[in-house]
Amino acid sequence: MDGALILEWVLKSVFILLALTAGFAYLTLFERRMIARFQTRIGPNRAGPFGLLQPVADGIKLIFKEELIPASADKVIFILAPIITVIPSLIVTAVVPWGSVIRLGGRAIPLYLADINVALLYVMAVTSISVYGITLAGWSSNNKYATLGGLRSTAQMISYEIAMGFCFVVPVLLSGSLSLVDIVEKQRGLWYIFLQPGAAIILAITMYAEVNRAPFDMPEAEQELTAGYHSEYSGMKFALFFMAEYIKMIAVSMIFATLFLGGYLLPFQGWFEKLPVIGPIIPYLGPFVLLAKVIVLLFGFVWVRSTLPRIRYDRLMAFGWKILFPLSLLSVLVTAVVVLLVQ
Amino acid sequence: MTEIREVSVDELRHLVSERALEGDTMLLNMGPQHPSTHGVLRLLLELDGEIVVSCVPDIGFLHTGVEKNMEAKTYQKAEVMTDRLDYLNPLGNNLTYCLAVEKLCEIDVPPRAQAIRVILAELTRLNSHLLWLGTSGLDLAAMSIFLYCMREREKILDIFEMVSGQRMMTTYIRPGGLWRDVPVEFEDAVSQFIDAFPRELDKYHALLDTNELFIERTRGISIITRDECVAYGITGPILRASGMAYDLRKALPYSGYEQYDFNIPTRTEGDIYARYAVRMDEMAESLKIIRQALNKLPFGPVRSNKRKFVPPPRSEIGTSMEALIHHFKLWTEGFSAPPGSVYVATESPRGELGVFLESDGGPKPYRVHFRTPTFANLQIMPILTRGHFVADVVAAIGSIDIVLGDADR
Repeated sequence: MDGALILEWVLKSVFILLALTAGFAYLTLFERRMIARFQTRIGPNRAGPFGLLQPVADGIKLIFKEELIPASADKVIFILAPIITVIPSLIVTAVVPWGSVIRLGGRAIPLYLADINVALLYVMAVTSISVYGITLAGWSSNNKYATLGGLRSTAQMISYEIAMGFCFVVPVLLSGSLSLVDIVEKQRGLWYIFLQPGAAIILAITMYAEVNRAPFDMPEAEQELTAGYHSEYSGMKFALFFMAEYIKMIAVSMIFATLFLGGYLLPFQGWFEKLPVIGPIIPYLGPFVLLAKVIVLLFGFVWVRSTLPRIRYDRLMAFGWKILFPLSLLSVLVTAVVVLLVQ
Repeated sequence: MTEIREVSVDELRHLVSERALEGDTMLLNMGPQHPSTHGVLRLLLELDGEIVVSCVPDIGFLHTGVEKNMEAKTYQKAEVMTDRLDYLNPLGNNLTYCLAVEKLCEIDVPPRAQAIRVILAELTRLNSHLLWLGTSGLDLAAMSIFLYCMREREKILDIFEMVSGQRMMTTYIRPGGLWRDVPVEFEDAVSQFIDAFPRELDKYHALLDTNELFIERTRGISIITRDECVAYGITGPILRASGMAYDLRKALPYSGYEQYDFNIPTRTEGDIYARYAVRMDEMAESLKIIRQALNKLPFGPVRSNKRKFVPPPRSEIGTSMEALIHHFKLWTEGFSAPPGSVYVATESPRGELGVFLESDGGPKPYRVHFRTPTFANLQIMPILTRGHFVADVVAAIGSIDIVLGDADR
C-alpha cells in the first residue's frame, strides 16, 4: 500500500462528502423551486441568481439559531440522535460506483471508493441504522408528538425493509455478485429494470418509505404530529435531520440507479465506446451519467410529494406486509427460477 | 403574573377514562397551537398507542365578545362585527344579520339588491368551500391542491374587493339593501369567473376523486349517522352527507332563493368522503344559482326607500332638506327598531347560521345571539374520532370545516 493510494482514498472520501453535502444544499433548493412550479408559485428566487444562494442563507441562519435542549430531555441521546441519523446517510454511498476505472496521469483510478464483495449487505446494514436516530430523537425529546413520530418510524421500518431486502436480492441473482461494481458492469447489455420491472417498482416504493418522504412521511407528519420526531430540535441539530433526509434521498437514488438503471452506464454504452472520436471519453462521463439518473429520480421524489396525500401508518404496515412483501418474494422466486433455467 | 402550574390528572378525571388515570393510555394535548386545528381549537386526546380513546374539544380561545359588543352599537354599526364572526363567510353573515334587522323593522328589499345578495352569498359559499377543500387537502398532506384552491379563491376575493372595497370584511350588504350598487364591471367579472371555474372544479375532482390514497384516508372514516346528526343539531354539508336533504335555501327560502333552480346534493355514507363529495357538488350547484341570478339580474334601486331606516342616496342630500335630516339622524343616533324579537336563519357554507335579535324599542339591539353552525358541529368531534387514528382526527377536523371565529364568537 503506497502513499499515493492512501491520498487517493482520502481525496475520494472528501469528494464524496463534499458532493453529498453540496447536493443536500442544492436539493433543498431544487425541491422548493420544483414544488413551487407544481403549485403555480415562483419559489425562492431572491438570494442570488435563481435563488442559488438560498441554501447558503438557510445554512447561515440555522447555524446562528439558538440550540434549545428541553429541560426534561435525555441530553446525551438528544444530542447523539441527529448524529446517528446523519452519519449512515453520509457513509452509505461509499460503495456506490460513480464510474469505471479511468486513466489519469498514467495511473489507473477506479471511480469508486470501495468495491467490497458484500456491498449490498453493507447498504442494508447502514441504512437501517439511521432509523435508530429517528426513534431515539423521538424518545429522548420527552415530547408526546416526538414519541409518536419515533414510534411510527419503527413501525414503518419493519414494514418495508424486508420487501426492500428482497428487491436487493434480484440484481444479485441476475448478476451473481453482491458487489455494486459487478452489478453495474453486468448491465452493459440490458438494464435490470427491463429484466425485472416488478422488483424495480417495489424497490422504488420502499425507497420512498426508507427516506421518510411523502407519501410515507408519517414520522414527521406535519399536519398530525406538528413536526414529529424533530419537534424539539432547533438550529444545527434540526438541520442535521434534514441533511440526513436529503442525503439519504440522494443515496437511495444512487443505489436504485446502480441496481436497476445501469449506474454510470449510458444506454448502449458498448456501442458508444466503439465510436472513433468520442469513444475514449465515454468512461470519463460515468459520474455525469449517474448524476443525470439521480436527478431524474429526485425529481420523482419531488413530484410525488407535491401530488399525493399521506398514507396512514397502519395502512403502510398492511401495504408492506400484505402486498409488497409477497410480491417481492415472488419476484425473487421468479428471477431465481429464470436464472437457473437460462444457465 | 399568573403562576403556571402543572395540571394534575385528577382535574381531568371527569373527562377521560380510568385507563388514563392509571397511565395505561396517553393524554395528548392537541392545540390550540397546532398546524391542523384550523385556528385555535384545542383537543384533549386520550390515546391508546395511536388510537383515539376519547376526544374532548375545548373551545373559546378566539372568544371576542362579538354578541356583547353589538349591544353597544346601533343596528347599522353593529353589522361591522358580523364580518368577523365566520371570517370565511363574511357576506353570508352580513346577509343573515340584515335579514334579521329587516324582519324586525319590516324593511323591504328591492329585487336587484336581492339578486345581488344571492350572487354574493353563493360566491362566498364558493370562497369558503374552496378554502375548506384546500386546507382539508393539506391536512391529508396533499399540498398542491391548497395552492390551486387559493388561486381560484383569489378571484372571488377580487370580486368582493370590486364591489365593496374590502376582500374579507366587506359589510357590503346593509339593512334594506346594499351599501351601493355594484360597479359596471361586476357582471363581466362574475360571468368570467363562473365560466372558468367548472374547469378548475374538474381539476380538483381529477386530483382527489380517484386518488387511491385519498380514498383510503376518507372512505369509511369518521362516520356519523343521520340520527346522530339530528340529535346533535348538526346542519349543513355534514347533515347532507349523512343522507338528509335539509338546506335552508330550500326549506325556508330567503332573498328569493325560491326563484332559482338548484339541487341539494346528498350522500348517505356519512363519512369524510361523503362530506367531501357533498361540498364539491355544492360548489357546482352554487355556480348554477349564480348563473341564473346573473342572467336575470333586474335593474332598479338597490336600497329600500324607507328613509326612517335606510340612508338616502348621497345625491339627494345636497338638494333635499328631508334627506339631509334623515342622513344625519341615521348616522348619529341610528334608527329605533320596534320592540320584539326575531330569529332568522340562513344556510351558511357550514350549516344553519341563525341570528336572534331582541329589541327594546331603542336604536341599539337589546340582545343579539348567533346560532353558529361550527359551534354545533364541533360537538360531534368525540363521535367522529373515537376508535380512529391520530391521523384521522386531523382529517375529521378538516371534514367538519370548522372556523373558530364562528364557534367562539
